[in-house]
Amino acid sequence: MDVGEKPLRKEITAGKVLKKIMADHFYELDAAAKSRSPKIAWCTSVGPAELLRGMGFLVYFPENHGAMLGATRMAAELIPYANAVGYSPDICSYLTSDVGSYLRKQTPLTKAYGIESVPLPDVLVFNTNQCRDVQDWFAWYSRELNVPLVGLYTHRDIGPIHKYELEDIAQQIRDLIPPLEEIAGTRFDMDRFKGALALSRRTSELWRACLESAAAIPSPWTFFDATIHMGPAVVARGTQAAVDYYELLLKELQERVVNKVAAVEGERHRIYWEGMPIWGKLRPLSDQFASLKTCVVASTYCNSWIFDQLDPNDPFLSMARAYTELFIVRDEPYKEAYIQDAHERFRFDGILFHDAKTCPNNSNNRYGMPERLSRNLGIPVLTINGDLNDLRCYSEEQTKTNIEAFIEQLEEV
Amino acid sequence: MGGIFAGVDVGASRTKVALLDEDRKLIGKAVLKSGTDFSRTAEAGLSAALEEAGCGRPEIRGCVSTGYGRKNVTFHNDTKTEISCHAKGCFHYFPMAITIIDIGGQDNKVIKLDDHGRRISFKMNRKCAAGTGAFLEEMSVRLDIPLEEMDGLAEASTDMVELGSYCTVFSATEVLEKIRQGKKVPDIVKGLFFSVLKRVLEMDSLTERVVMTGGVVAHNPYLVKMLEELVDREILVPPFPQLTGAVGAALFALEAA
Ligand code: SF4
Repeated sequence: MDVGEKPLRKEITAGKVLKKIMADHFYELDAAAKSRSPKIAWCTSVGPAELLRGMGFLVYFPENHGAMLGATRMAAELIPYANAVGYSPDICSYLTSDVGSYLRKQTPLTKAYGIESVPLPDVLVFNTNQCRDVQDWFAWYSRELNVPLVGLYTHRDIGPIHKYELEDIAQQIRDLIPPLEEIAGTRFDMDRFKGALALSRRTSELWRACLESAAAIPSPWTFFDATIHMGPAVVARGTQAAVDYYELLLKELQERVVNKVAAVEGERHRIYWEGMPIWGKLRPLSDQFASLKTCVVASTYCNSWIFDQLDPNDPFLSMARAYTELFIVRDEPYKEAYIQDAHERFRFDGILFHDAKTCPNNSNNRYGMPERLSRNLGIPVLTINGDLNDLRCYSEEQTKTNIEAFIEQLEEV
Repeated sequence: MGGIFAGVDVGASRTKVALLDEDRKLIGKAVLKSGTDFSRTAEAGLSAALEEAGCGRPEIRGCVSTGYGRKNVTFHNDTKTEISCHAKGCFHYFPMAITIIDIGGQDNKVIKLDDHGRRISFKMNRKCAAGTGAFLEEMSVRLDIPLEEMDGLAEASTDMVELGSYCTVFSATEVLEKIRQGKKVPDIVKGLFFSVLKRVLEMDSLTERVVMTGGVVAHNPYLVKMLEELVDREILVPPFPQLTGAVGAALFALEAA
């Protein structure tokens, strides 16, 4: 398909509102960065955003910026600058493209919103639940910008979750309060925190319902839509705007389900996407699947922003639970069972594993999981090699052929 | 009834055409350099194959194209990936559960089929073309040995030189080093063949019966013997291994008619 043609999947009307929410998010941050008020916290995507909102911080998510660098294909140009200051090309390419972006003073925010540079932080807050790269990433900015760094150290590779693990995290969250109060210059406001938690939870419930609408046959939307529409669940969770947005989106999706409107016209096959998106190739991949009458109906990735365990009546412990029960924090048997469970609900015919070169944390193909799932579920699996942002690790022609051959394999069944 | 069915496999390096009659018998074939104008090469290949078959174009009842340039073929009814076509072509000759190793000009594939010919899994080489036909072609240039002579040279080897790398560029450096050390050319060539096989074995496990196919095997049957020794089992090879993908494509055309 030629550049400039309309994408083959059906557009979602709520997209206009989405654009506004994302724009408002960045304008608000930009204004705050310029006037130095309110204070800005940089937070990892599954870090304690609600706590920060409870202290009056505006929250900025560098991973979201990383994804933008990937989606705009600026990453490929910027990564080498991070490599030049000593960062290995083998580590997270969100990190390397973001650091490259900082070094070159180039950001997609300029073209999208006319914002000159990313809003600088007053504090950096990480959570190691997803990986350790985020800690190194934030530590670099902490040294570079001379900004305090605090964080949570989550247990990893967890099977059954124990109370002591949650209590430990809950205590770590409480321990963040005094240093954050000092930086914020205000006292921690429990009611505000609980309010943010309640909104986050509501956002999560709605986001889950949106994702689960894809269980309908035909599916009202695709993984590629969801990667875009998850924006507010990432950057605006804990705000009313996010809640309003997902109410609107859910309504549209439910209408599609009732009217049997398919995201992919004539849906013949349903696929599960396991692993990171390939941000720079969302459009061609989405078009290829659509042209093959295949809908990528679900993914682990988009589910990573469901935190419906949050409970304003038990704020610290429930927050610890929400950020520990996540897929990425869990052990292999849990992950396998999780995908099997998804299969029951979404009824997909095959699983695509994306082996992302720079994110082993989100690449679950490396210890035989594809083969085990294929055997247990009796469906074929495909592994494609690529990366979230570093397109040097991705071969488009090879991937296209692999996907086409995979769909041909499904047709044979 | 009557009529013929065409399969056109436009690979990155060679274009192959196979014509089958309605009894699935191969009646015409052609292999050409793909060059830069895929549609013209496909046309030329089709004409050559028709001539061999002694048939005319109107007799063609269906055509399926495959390979990198499959979409460039102007006269196809349908396209299929080379993975499906190699699977189909190999199963036609060996209707049993098989692991197919296809060594092409730029791609290696390992495809597993069950005893109904259904695909269980497939793997293609990743970005780089190490261990494919391109590797041997490059080495033939570096060593200044005609490509056709490689197989005979490898077979004549008495003391294979093992190369550590399967990367084309690194292997070239290693080969130069071996020449400096006074190693014999046949022993080096066998070492190059061995590195092709190592590359293939690195892609996937071999289960069931093993079938080797593709242009490289067609021109270097000694590779098959080497793999047989290496894995200590019999390796099956279809007739005209370079054409297996094209035959598979023609079979798809036949079945669709
Ligand atoms: S989980 Fe992967 S993509 Fe996300 S920050 Fe860590 S390494 Fe990067």
